[in-house]
This record gives sequence, structure tokens and C-alpha cells, in this order.
Amino acid sequence: MIRVVLPYHLRLLAKTPEEVALEVAPPVTIASTLDALEAAWPPLRGAIRNPQSGARRPLVRFYACRRDLSAEPLETILPDSVLKGEEPLLIVGAIAGG
Amino acid sequence: MSRVRILAGTRKGAFILTSDGARRQWEIRGPLFGGWEIYHVKGSPANADRMYASQTSSWFGQVVQRSDDGGATWEAVSKDFVYEGEAGTHQFYDGSQRPWEFKRVWHLEPSPTNPDTVYAGVEDAALFRSTDGGKTWSELAGLRHHGSGPSWMPGAGGLCLHTILLDPSNESRAFIAISAAGAFRTDDGFATWKAINRGLRSEYIPDPDAETGHCVHRIAQHPARPDVLFMQKHWDVMRSDDAGDHWCEVSGNLPSDFGFVIDIHAHEPDTVYVVPIQSDSEHYPPGGQLRVWRSRSGGNEWEPLSDGLPQRNCYVNVLREAMAVDSLDPCGIYFGTTGGQIYASADEGDHWTAVASHLPPVLSVEVQTLP
Repeated sequence: MIRVVLPYHLRLLAKTPEEVALEVAPPVTIASTLDALEAAWPPLRGAIRNPQSGARRPLVRFYACRRDLSAEPLETILPDSVLKGEEPLLIVGAIAGG
Repeated sequence: MSRVRILAGTRKGAFILTSDGARRQWEIRGPLFGGWEIYHVKGSPANADRMYASQTSSWFGQVVQRSDDGGATWEAVSKDFVYEGEAGTHQFYDGSQRPWEFKRVWHLEPSPTNPDTVYAGVEDAALFRSTDGGKTWSELAGLRHHGSGPSWMPGAGGLCLHTILLDPSNESRAFIAISAAGAFRTDDGFATWKAINRGLRSEYIPDPDAETGHCVHRIAQHPARPDVLFMQKHWDVMRSDDAGDHWCEVSGNLPSDFGFVIDIHAHEPDTVYVVPIQSDSEHYPPGGQLRVWRSRSGGNEWEPLSDGLPQRNCYVNVLREAMAVDSLDPCGIYFGTTGGQIYASADEGDHWTAVASHLPPVLSVEVQTLP
């Protein structure tokens, strides 16, 4: 299972707990994890990635294992610790005021 | 006995305030969608329990929420607003051309007759329509293809389409306004649009009398007299008696003719309300005194209304969507401030009461008069 931690606004939007667990078929990439997340909670579609281009929203960040994956291609395979369920993929709203 | 429901959008959620027809005691419910910006909430005139809300975030994008039970429960019904065809470009603040890019929904205008039909005014400026209760949206692209689009430029709040008036006497006619492009009218059911800005004068554009480029802040129309329009422009309060073909200034004795809101008494088409703001740089009331100004003569002659409003050290703003009227007799007037207050008057503006005092900054106020 892939663990994903969601920020407050997305938990409110999709009515999820802070952390969710997903079955994601290999290869487990950022994109395939987001695909699984959006399939499980459709209100999240378009809130993390631009619904037309599929690009990460500029003020959304992806962290895992103390690393910033935000600038990595969405096809990047997630770190081993995330694949093993030891660490979550963190989806974070950028600190930009508000 | 009648009831009144105030629908308030704020920077950090929506609030619903309810009262009986006396409008003395108010129950506040919220925040709904707490932490999200709620630009606008509006109920369907055809079914008061059907509501639409624009929930938006610079981080997580746009959501349209719908309620079918008077705001008790909500469903996120859509988020896709795709411009038709080539998006094209508009003018940016610095005069360069930028591609049209969807940012948020400023205004939701439900059809007066069909609860499933609703119009959306968006940033970057365009008009969309849904006929399936907000699930899917199509651009009414005739507006953006008017030809003047490349000259439109954003106001301080963005290139937003904020006013949508559906003519109650002619279903083929509608009016919209854009900051900063101006006012436009369609007479053929949204297919083609005419710029209706003759008589507007704006010193912040190279040609002050240009056909487009005017920062219209709000337009109001009374259903009994749909050819008469009142406008709060960036500067100047304006009036048209011919559906926007010509405008004349009716600022008269206002202490400042800069402002955002404008609205009309439910039963008196010549009774108009504005909230003067000091200037385009100083977004607070003149002298720190919050006053609504009322004209009973269709403009030019205005009287200040201050009973119950703060008259010292008040430096809030009243944003363009943040005034509404009910249809009771006497007519109730409502407005919200960037300081988080919602003020209500149950007697046409003569006396005011803060029915909410500590909300997040108020972006929009709508009112439903319920049986």
C-alpha cells in the first residue's frame, strides 16, 4: 500500500482522513499514485494537477523521505521507503501566505 | 411569515445567516468550506433550496459546489472551465500580451426559471453556462471573440467578469461587466456582444473615451425597468436609460465617487445605494466614517445613511459583490466588509445593525427572501 498524506484543504474537499492508503500497480510513480488517489476520491481531480495539462499546480509540493520531489518528472518512481509503506508521500500546499 | 437568508462568501469560507421577516434576530451557520476562498454563493430564483457556490484557492484551484437543500449539504459538482478554441491573449498590467488563463469563478448567476441552468463569470474574463446543475460548463465564446479582447487588461483584482444581469423582460438580452474592459450587452441570446461604454470616461487609459478598457466595478438593474442601469465605475457613478447605449454621470453630491457596490431598492426603481470609498489608492470610507449613500431620485442627489454604522476610525472596504437587497416591505439592505462585518437594515437603509461582526473578510453577499 502507498501511503499519502494530504493537506487540510484537500482533506476537507474530498472528506478524507489526513493519511490515506492506496493500491497502486507498478511501476509506482508520482503520476500513477496521483491517478489512484483521484480515482479513489474524484473531488481531488484537478486540485493537485492542472486538469487540462496534467502538470503539478505551482503551489503544490511533493515531499517524501525528507526529499523534495516537486520538480521531478511525474513519471519518477517513488523512493523505496514509500513503496514499502514505511514512509508516506506528502502532498503539501506551498507556504505562500494565506 | 417570510424568512430571509443571507449567503456570505468570505476569504475563509461561506456563512449562511437566517432570520424571520422581522430581521432582528439572526442565526449564523458556518464556516462552510472553512479555509477556502468563497467568492460567491447564490440561490436559484426558481428553487430557493438550490444554491451554487464558487470555492477557490490559489493552491488547489476551482470547485463549484451545489446544494439542493438550502445549504444544509453540499456536493462538489465540477471544476472544469475550458476556453473554447484558441485561448488568445489579453493585455497585462505592463501592456504586454498574456495568454488567457482560467483562474477562478467570481460570479454565479442562476437562471430565473430553470434551477439547472447557471451562468459563471470567470477570471480571466469569460462567460460560461451550465445546463446540468453545474456539472459541466461551456464557454459562451461570442463575448471573448468580440474583437476587443486583446485590449482588455486586469484591474487590481484580476481580469474578472463579475457582473451578469439576465434581462427579465427579454431572454435574448443579457449584460455583463469586466474589470477592466467595460460593459457588454448581447441581444441575440449570447451569440454576439456589443460594448456599451459610450459616456464612460477613464483617465487611466490612453484614450479616456475609448470603446473598451474601462474598469466597471458593478452594474445594477431593477426588474421592473430593465432598460435603466446604474453603474459604479472605478471612479464615477453612472446611469443609462437605454440599456447601456449611453451613460451619464450621476455622482452628484457624493463625497467620493469611487466605490465598488451599487444596488437598487426592491420596490423603488429610482432608489439607489452606494458605499463611497476614499480613492482607488485608499480603499476605506472617507474620513473613517462608514456610510451608505442613498439616492431616491435615480442619482445626482444623495443622502448619507449612518445610523448604526461606525463613524470613527473605520477603514474597511466593501467589495463589489458584497451588497444585496431583500424583497420584503420595507425593503432590507445588506452589505459586508473586508473587516468581517455584515450590516443589515430592515428599513431601507435608515437604521443599520451588525448582524455578524467578526467573520473573515467578506467577498460577497446575496440575499434570499423565502416564503
